[in-house]
Order: sequence, then structure tokens, then C-alpha cells
Amino acid sequence: MIRPIVIVGASMGGLRAAESLRKGGYTGGLVVIGDESHAPYNRPPLSKEVLAEHVDHAAVAFTIPPILEDVEWALGSPVASADLQVQSVTTADGRVLDYSALIIATGLRPRRLEFEGMPPRGSHAIRTLDDAMALRSELKPGARVVVYGAGFIGCEAAATARKLGAEVTVVGKGSVPLLRPLGEQLARDIQSRQEAHGVKFVMNSNLVRIAGTETVTGVVLDSGLTLACDVLIEAIGSEPNVEFLQGNDIDIESGIHVDGTLHALRVNGQPWENVFAIGDVARFPIPQFCETTRRVEHWNIPTEMARKVGQILSATMTENPALADHLAKPFAPIPSFWSDQFEVSLLSYGLLDQADDIRLLEGAVGGNCVYGYFKGESMVGVCGIGMRSKIMGYRNSVGLTPEGGSSALS
Amino acid sequence: MIKIHVDMDKCQHYGQCVFEAPTVFALNEDDKLEYHATADDSELENVERAIDVCPMQAIAFAK
Repeated sequence: MIRPIVIVGASMGGLRAAESLRKGGYTGGLVVIGDESHAPYNRPPLSKEVLAEHVDHAAVAFTIPPILEDVEWALGSPVASADLQVQSVTTADGRVLDYSALIIATGLRPRRLEFEGMPPRGSHAIRTLDDAMALRSELKPGARVVVYGAGFIGCEAAATARKLGAEVTVVGKGSVPLLRPLGEQLARDIQSRQEAHGVKFVMNSNLVRIAGTETVTGVVLDSGLTLACDVLIEAIGSEPNVEFLQGNDIDIESGIHVDGTLHALRVNGQPWENVFAIGDVARFPIPQFCETTRRVEHWNIPTEMARKVGQILSATMTENPALADHLAKPFAPIPSFWSDQFEVSLLSYGLLDQADDIRLLEGAVGGNCVYGYFKGESMVGVCGIGMRSKIMGYRNSVGLTPEGGSSALS
Repeated sequence: MIKIHVDMDKCQHYGQCVFEAPTVFALNEDDKLEYHATADDSELENVERAIDVCPMQAIAFAK
């Protein structure tokens, strides 16, 4: 029997990879394995609409196009192990699947707090639909909510909870929320806008203990401050889902290391010809913006990677001469993210955290504005509040220029 | 001829579609989305990409 292509991960990346394979003319077997029982759905609404409104899976589910009607969706059990030599994966419920090619799109899982004697209820992460629905039932008007972690998920959840009438305090390790992803100017601006809506911030703090026996009743910070609360939202980052690959000759340090054509790499840097990784779990070269490989947890990345892998793999399977073109052109995305918190609507292109200098390009601090993120003379990113057309106008100019210090050219 | 529908209740005017199919989608002076409800068949692939990259999943082919 001819082995199918197996896609591990049934979220956006897995779905788009399946689509791209079929659009590229691959008609063979296709199995998509997912740990959640839900068919693929869109995650950004989880910290916003799903918490705020009574929406269900149908409201956030991706449309499954007719070209995928003969795809097998093996949902509800994660992959537990893989053997890349014999080309097979085994799910946690014991099913063994031999593959012709493997696309890994297992994504991330939230990092969770692990304190001895932590109460079993009242503490939530936000990664899956089930997570968001469980949290939603606790976000009542007047509920005291502590959000631990002042990144995008934490700040968006804080805004949503506040809009629902909760008393919200964000506890963060840095001096300002969103400092690392946005830099000081925009980060301070957003903090003051959040504060104007009644969200409190306790920064430069770590959580050292959680109070409560049955459910969370408070958190204790390293400053000694105790915050009473009914709900704790943990938004302290995430970990790549790579453990199932342990024991194989594959580089899974800080995500799955892939090359410019998204082939997974062995420990010695040589590619696996029939193993690819895409989405949040992939650590890839992005020489237009930085000199090292990295993961980019932006929403547009899985779709673009899936398209690329689908093109390569379908051309390989159908012996399409376009394969040479697909292999010659390395993956070169322009990362993009957006975020909505109260009236603040952020839009960004590029990799902001590469910048050593941030300049106001348009508008005014505290109002609608556009900032350029520079590394030397190169604008490596653009981000702003409102002013979408202006921001979009800069999209095609972001990236390192030779003068800006690209190592390959300097 | 392809027919396009954008659910304007869902659309948040992120403009990601504009880069994929610039002859079909645009942001106006007020940064609001405007689009042509029909397009030539040659735009099919671009519109498919626009559908994929819409953060709100607000774009669909109309019957």
C-alpha cells in the first residue's frame, strides 16, 4: 500500500498544508492528526470574541474546502512518538501511521505555573478553544482577575476581562507591558491607555505563591505584595511541542530547526528529505530580518509556510518540473501581527525586536501613530495604532539592506 | 467571473487581503475595506489567498 502524507497538527498550519498539497495536484493519501477533538479553528478570537461573547466552535472554525473531502482527520489524540528512519508516527491512543512524507505543525503549548500545593481550580491558560470557554464562565462582572504575564495574550485578555466588568490586575516581569515585542514608546502608550480603562499594572514582579486550597483566592508576589483574586490567567509564554521527536536525529533545540525550504534538519545540519516543519514550532532562517534562525509566532507565518511546503511536496510527488523553482526560492515572509485592546488597534510588519532605534514616523504619541523600527539604517519593522493605510504603505520597505548590516552582504 | 462576499460584521479592516488581491480589495481614506463583488477568473488564485489570510475569516466566494 502506498503510504500517505501525514500532517501532525490540525490547526491552521495543518489545514493550510493539506489545502496546498491538493491545490498543487497531490491526490494521494492524506492524514491530519490533531490532539484536540475540534476541527481546525482560528485562535486569535480566543482572547477576545470567544471570551466576550457566547461563540462556539462553529463561529471560529475554518471552512474546510471541498478539495479536502477525502482527507482523513485523526482528531482527539496527540502524536506520542515518531521514528523518522522507518517513517512512522504513533499516536497516544496507539495508532501507528507509516508516512511517505511528514509535515510537522504541532505548534506550542502554554507554559504553566507549577507550584507545590496549587489549588486545582481558578487558574487558566488561553491556547485552545476549550481553555477559552472554561475561562469565560468565570469572567463575571466584579470578578477579581489577575493576569500573570504582560505580553499580547495577557494584555488582550486583560482588556477583554475588563470590558466584561472584572477588576483586572496585570502582573509582569518587565518594567512595562509589551516591552520586548513593541519597544518602550508604544509599550508605555498602550499601558496608559489600558490604565485609563481601569486595568491596573504591577510590574517588575514575579509570582512566588498561589493562595487557596480548592480554588485560587490570591497570588503572592516576590515583593511581598498579596493580591486577592478569584481568577488567575497565566499568560507567561509557551513551549514548542517537539517531545514526540526525541530519540531521532533531528535538531529540536528551541523548536524544530528547518532550512530555507522548511526541511527539518538533523543534528549535523543535513536535511531530512521528507520531513518538514511549519508554523509556531518551526525555527527557520529569516535573513531579510535577522542573522540567526528563530521561531516567529505571528499569525501569517503558518499559512505562508504551509503554502511553501505544499508546493514543494506536491511537485515532488507529481514529478512536476516546477519543483526546482520552489526549491530555489527560500521561504522569505514579511511577518505581520495585529492586536486589539480596547480602542487600540495595532498593526505591524517586520520583526520589531531586531531594532536598536525606534522613531515616530507619523501621527502623535497618545493618538494614532506609526513607528519605524530601525537597525542601523535599515527599517526592520513598522508598527502603529490606527493609520492602517499608512502602516501598510511601509510593508514592502521593511527588511535589512546591505548598508544596514546584513551579514551575507557586508 | 468569480463572485466575492465580505461579511462586514466580521471584517475588522486589517487589510491583509489587499496585498494578496490588490485589484479586488482596498482600504479607503478612512481605512475601511472596500472591494469589488465580482472579479475576473484570472483573480481566482489571488482571492483564494486573500480568503486564507483574512484574520477574521470574513471573506468567501459568493454563489
